[in-house]
Amino acid sequence: MDSDTLVLMYRKMLEIRLFEDKVFELYGQNLVPGTIHLYTGEEAIAVGVCANLRKEDYIVSTHRGHGHCIAKGARLDRIMAEILGRKTGYCKGKGGSMHIADFSVGVLGATAVVGAGIPIATGAGLSIKLRGTDQVAACFFGDGASNQGTFHEAINMAAIWNLPVLFVCENNLYAMGTHQARVMLIDDIAERAAAYGIPGVLTDGNDAIAVYKAAEKAVERARGGRGPTLLECKTYRQKGHSRFDPATYRPKEEVEEWLSKDPVRRLRKQLREAGTISDDKLAQMERDVAEAVEAAVTFAVDGPHPAPREALEDIYA
Amino acid sequence: MRKITYRDALREALLEEMQRDKTVFLLGEDIGRYWQGAFKVTKGLAEKFGEERVLDTPISESAIIGTAVGAAITGMRPVAEIMFGDLVTLAMDQIANQAAKIHYMFGGQSRVPLVIRTPFGGGVNIAAHHSQSLEAWFMHVPGLLVAVPSMPSDAKGLLKAAIRNDNPVVFCEHKLLYPIEGLVPEGEYTLPFGAAEVKREGKDVTIVATMFMVHEALKAAEALEKDGLSVEVVDPRTLVPLDKKVIIDSVRKTGRLVVVSEDCKTAGVTAEIAALVAEEAIDYLDAPIKRLATPDAPIPFSPPLEKHLIPDEKSIIQIVKKIV
Repeated sequence: MDSDTLVLMYRKMLEIRLFEDKVFELYGQNLVPGTIHLYTGEEAIAVGVCANLRKEDYIVSTHRGHGHCIAKGARLDRIMAEILGRKTGYCKGKGGSMHIADFSVGVLGATAVVGAGIPIATGAGLSIKLRGTDQVAACFFGDGASNQGTFHEAINMAAIWNLPVLFVCENNLYAMGTHQARVMLIDDIAERAAAYGIPGVLTDGNDAIAVYKAAEKAVERARGGRGPTLLECKTYRQKGHSRFDPATYRPKEEVEEWLSKDPVRRLRKQLREAGTISDDKLAQMERDVAEAVEAAVTFAVDGPHPAPREALEDIYA
Repeated sequence: MRKITYRDALREALLEEMQRDKTVFLLGEDIGRYWQGAFKVTKGLAEKFGEERVLDTPISESAIIGTAVGAAITGMRPVAEIMFGDLVTLAMDQIANQAAKIHYMFGGQSRVPLVIRTPFGGGVNIAAHHSQSLEAWFMHVPGLLVAVPSMPSDAKGLLKAAIRNDNPVVFCEHKLLYPIEGLVPEGEYTLPFGAAEVKREGKDVTIVATMFMVHEALKAAEALEKDGLSVEVVDPRTLVPLDKKVIIDSVRKTGRLVVVSEDCKTAGVTAEIAALVAEEAIDYLDAPIKRLATPDAPIPFSPPLEKHLIPDEKSIIQIVKKIV
């Protein structure tokens, strides 16, 4: 892999990590209404996949979606403003943490109904095929979503129509508090691809380079008109399901084991060991990212709340 | 003007819009060249436009609508067919949570130019899973438009307008309407949403009716005229938006209102229209509002049972006579 890509990937992962840490902090200060679902610990997936995508390619995101949007090139400040319910947010404060979208960079939006994004991504793929462009669509969803009927319906449809879609299952082992083993008899969701006659690829979702390489093949395949891939990335959420979840249903040893496989630290170590980036440059980048996140907070906090009457705007186009 | 069926009027609308705009495409179960649609609305279209623009889908209603949503937000204008209205239940998340909310929830960034065509209604003895009238459900989901054409000319003009609209439209058809003939203008036209039409003028009582019930109401009006009663029949043509003005103007003229719809009575189409008139035009009324709808029961199979439930000319005449 070329070093520019690797360095950029590390930067994006760090942006997500520090952004999510900041959201967590702001939540504690009562600046974030509602709830939050943090992407902390899963950064390698969004970044490894999106590093293979072009601006005009599409992604479909989930309730745990901040990381997807950052990885695809959405602006930190406008995401943060949306999370804080401000008019300056991507959705003018109508969507919030679970519904970030930035159509200008191909983020087709986050749906908070588990599994609902899968057919939408298939539709984006169908649209690409009918319009005859060489775009691709990537769809992020979790292990829980793979038990929805939409998973079956929409992946089958993408398969029979040979659509340029990458189905990315972020398997973080738990659907809210329910362990995978309690809701399916298989270990690897990638196996389900066989039911649709498409490749099912299993990868370490905490290894950015592994995700990048697996996604690279799948994207190449999709762009080349050879159809969809189901890519399962094994990962773990470092925080609870949502803000008030202490995640006591997870054994301490399991949590510790996964924390030791932290994807951000891992890529940092790989870059340093390979001499891809100097320690000075790394330190500079880390300062830059921290500043960018602070600037996003300032932008968000300074942004006005929407006027109450705007609640009745944008219902119809 | 020439006489064509409701079915042919719909097909003309699809054909003309597909010719006009190459982003328009159709998807649904068995709408392609093998079956040509359960009610033959799409007959001949796959041959004309190719199988890529008239897509036969697996039996996957949720993915049919979800896929259409994904295509709609990325530059296409899909027209999805759900073979029977009852089966919208399988796609409700995609309709009510996704299609209807994407424009609003994402702050107006995206539009969802999607049409969902589906036949509602009973009268053909196919029981509880193929006979419901669920159009009122969609009136309750902000972000959706709801069309309920009763005549071939309305069907054509409204379907063409629906396809050009940038919002998701639930386009309600009725099984008994497909073979009905009516005058349809030659050449290009569309009809606006939110414009009711007075299908028959009268001065003694207003009947507001939709879809197949418009035809029953017109027959009832004809019969009542022989008794010396002048009945006005108003067809809203779209339920969202609802043309309040034409309804209220008619009530102001006649002073009496009967609302007829084939959906269930509770929290249904008749309830909404009655509430509208009660709220905004009660001073014009000379008699209580009457509602005639299907009772709150599943549609049964056996013909005498089904016939007993669904409003018709006879029951409309009876209810009108109660307030004149």
